[in-house]
Amino acid sequence: MHLSPDDIIFWEYGFIKLNATIVYTWGLMFVLAAGSKAITRKLSVGLERARWQNLLEIIVSAIKKQIEEVGLRQSRTYLGFVGTLFVFVATASLFTVIPGYEPPTGSLSTTTALAICVFIAVPLYGIKEQGLGGYLRSYLEPTPLMLPFNIIGEFSRTLALAVRLFGNMMSGTMILAILLSITPFFFPIVMSALGLLTGMVQAYIFSILATVYIAAAASGHGGG
Amino acid sequence: MLIDWFTVVAQAVNFLVLVWLLKRFFYQPILNALDARERRIAAELADADAKKMAAEKERNEFQHKNDEFDRQRTALLSKASGEAQAERQRLLAVAQNDFDNLRASREKALSREYRSLSEALTRKTCAEVFAIARKVLTDLASTTLEAHVVEAFIRRVRELGDDEKAQLASAFQSGTVSTPAASTATPMLATVTAVAEEVLVRSAFELSVAQQNAIAAVLKEMLGVKSSVRFAVEPELVSGIELVTNGHKVAWSIENHLASLEKEIGKLLENQTEYGSGPGSAPTVEIPPESR
Repeated sequence: MHLSPDDIIFWEYGFIKLNATIVYTWGLMFVLAAGSKAITRKLSVGLERARWQNLLEIIVSAIKKQIEEVGLRQSRTYLGFVGTLFVFVATASLFTVIPGYEPPTGSLSTTTALAICVFIAVPLYGIKEQGLGGYLRSYLEPTPLMLPFNIIGEFSRTLALAVRLFGNMMSGTMILAILLSITPFFFPIVMSALGLLTGMVQAYIFSILATVYIAAAASGHGGG
Repeated sequence: MLIDWFTVVAQAVNFLVLVWLLKRFFYQPILNALDARERRIAAELADADAKKMAAEKERNEFQHKNDEFDRQRTALLSKASGEAQAERQRLLAVAQNDFDNLRASREKALSREYRSLSEALTRKTCAEVFAIARKVLTDLASTTLEAHVVEAFIRRVRELGDDEKAQLASAFQSGTVSTPAASTATPMLATVTAVAEEVLVRSAFELSVAQQNAIAAVLKEMLGVKSSVRFAVEPELVSGIELVTNGHKVAWSIENHLASLEKEIGKLLENQTEYGSGPGSAPTVEIPPESR
């Protein structure tokens, strides 16, 4: 019994090691990139279009709409980052229907990596939108007294992002494994379905929170 | 330790690569397709709007033209019907006029025909009457009648006026052709152009010697005739007798009476014809007067 796919190591050389997290992530990346390329190779601009194209259009439109609803008008600028967060987390949990698969998001290393990406991306977008001074000034709001708390909040929310996703994904897999050993037949399927739902919800939460952080930084109303 | 830092870095790199890949193969093409579709729909809508506007404009124009056309048609129709009415009146008037003219000319022609017919009838009747009279008189001619005729002739010569007597005498003596002035004085006396040197007495019947002598005597007595008197028979004279010399003639015959009567009637008929015939009249049936 292992808690994280990091523990399944296929190949190791010094500090470089190829564990299940990295391998499955590559697999996901390959499937996503190849599938996208296959589908978008012959896109139709007419009123008639293929089912897969329709699906992708729905996904992209929904993400775009969510970003706009949060308050970022330049939704295309953030679509790549936020959209990829959602697609990656959602696909990672969706693929749990494949036996033997371990979601990469069930590894704290992966979620930490994603949280760090958000942690870096938020100030970058903030500076890009408001300039360096404008962004730094947002740490002094509403009063300069709040500066330490703002900085602490910046770190704590990143930690929360990482741990929340990891906890949910890991727990889903763990519960499934434990239930399989206790009640092998019916109950694990229900929990697996629940796990799929939880994965989708987590993907949404992760990406929407990242969007909210970016929006807060970009519009200059302080972090939080 | 749940966090493996090498894995964290690798996953971060993986994530960034995935962002790039998805941007390259997922978001951009899909967004492009969406944009293209939106542009196309917008273009189609704009096109439809433009077409609608154009159709609206065209419809208005058509409506306007239609109204104009209706108005013009009504005007033209009323004008045409007015003109047709006027034309009808004019044609009716012309037809009425033609009809009147035709009727008038027809009436004229009928009356002329009637007149010419009646005239021809009259002429024919006259001719018949004269022919019958001639025939009757010729048939009736007898010795007694002939004697009366000779007496009448002698009386006539005796009753000649002085002027006529002198004229005849001079004609007898000089043998020149005189003017027919005396013929108007009495219808019984006519002058004709003659080249005979002698005096010629023509009669419808053979004169007896006594009668011949009586005539010669009265000629000698009244006109001073010295040349011989020749007697000839001319049946056409119809119970008559005439004296002819150098173009002068003294005659008495029923033929003369008939001829002068015929002449009078002919004159009367001609007057009638001249009075009846007008300009533009239809040709009438000419029945020439029967000559004897």
